[in-house]
Amino acid sequence: MAKITAGIACSHVPAIGVAMDQHITEQPYWVPVFEGFEYSREWNKKNKPDVVFLVYNDHCTAFDASVIPTFALGCAAEFTPADEGWGPRPVPVVKNHQEFASHIAQSLVLDEFDITIMNEMDVDHGLTVPLSVMFGDKTPEDDWGTLVIPLAVNVVQYPAPTANRCYALGQAIRRAVDSWDEDINVHIYGTGGMSHQLQAQRAGLINATWDQQFMDILVNEPEKARKISHVEFLRETGSEGIEMVMWLVMRGALDEKVTEVHRHYHVPASNTAVGHLILENHA
Amino acid sequence: MTRKPKEYDDIPGTFVFDADRSRQGYWLNQFCISLSKEENRQAFRDDPEAHMAKFKMTEDQKQAIRDRDWNRLLELGGNIYYTSKLGAFDGIVFQDLAAMMSGMSRDDYRKMMVDGGRSPDGNRYKSEWEKK
Ligand SMILES: [Fe+2]
Repeated sequence: MAKITAGIACSHVPAIGVAMDQHITEQPYWVPVFEGFEYSREWNKKNKPDVVFLVYNDHCTAFDASVIPTFALGCAAEFTPADEGWGPRPVPVVKNHQEFASHIAQSLVLDEFDITIMNEMDVDHGLTVPLSVMFGDKTPEDDWGTLVIPLAVNVVQYPAPTANRCYALGQAIRRAVDSWDEDINVHIYGTGGMSHQLQAQRAGLINATWDQQFMDILVNEPEKARKISHVEFLRETGSEGIEMVMWLVMRGALDEKVTEVHRHYHVPASNTAVGHLILENHA
Repeated sequence: MTRKPKEYDDIPGTFVFDADRSRQGYWLNQFCISLSKEENRQAFRDDPEAHMAKFKMTEDQKQAIRDRDWNRLLELGGNIYYTSKLGAFDGIVFQDLAAMMSGMSRDDYRKMMVDGGRSPDGNRYKSEWEKK
């Protein structure tokens, strides 16, 4: 049976990808960001996933304003890293476990989560940066070392799906994975965040106290975390902090009790607070 | 129809990109995103007015593009992930765009971020800004 053995939360700040691609991670600005990923890469080698279910958002790369799906599941055979205006990131093509993805799509719809199915999709930094964080430096000729099922969530146009809905979707993903009859190790990623605002006069907002409390309740009291309102995210964590609803999808797919084996928090990477968790699931 | 008050209207210095703004800014955003393709960047370089004319924008929106008035673009329905493509066209990186929108110099903004970012204290409600 397929098993979700871990949940990983990770910011997907584009500048983290740029720092790796330009080999400047040794610069003083970046050292404290990447130090926090050293443990993660070692842990990832020891607990190697067969499939990563990766929850992220597209930043108007695959979807422009003409189509805005709230939840879009990647069912294509592979996904090409997109050109976001500076040429594609020099990283491997992302390969799917297509049959498993189709099973999850079917299971979710029958479970009354009416997701959009993507049979063609390029993927942007929202998806490739967390893979780079966990799997380290890779060239386009390499293999990521895992198959990946992407789930794109709308967090650009208000309202994003609620924290509560994201959590419930995570629970449905868990049921879909549990009903897949293949002995594989699955990790689920919730990406984006933490506090940041990229726009207008309040740009640069960071709320470290709130971010740390959010990580605490997400890990230990998810029933509280799923009740956080959109207005609280906007006011306390900046207009782009709303990306943290995607961490709830990840959390919903895990047991009520999990073991936090790693936490990393650093301000800043460019305009953003970097947050990262590794949670082990025991069921 | 007038815009109904929203529960997030009292957050200062922030344009929440909701359905009203999305409707208002549709062609502005589609114009901006066109600039992620080199052929469109070339067209905009060659003849800015002709390239803008391909999108059904209002005169106000076109003027804000000509002026590179970054906050005005947001006010007229632009979204930052779109308007940042116009910034990139001009060679402005995201962090410098953020500095310009918040009325700070590049160095002051960068220093604020390295020192932990803009505090939420005093920045949660419009009423807190009016007192300043
Ligand atoms: Fe993002």
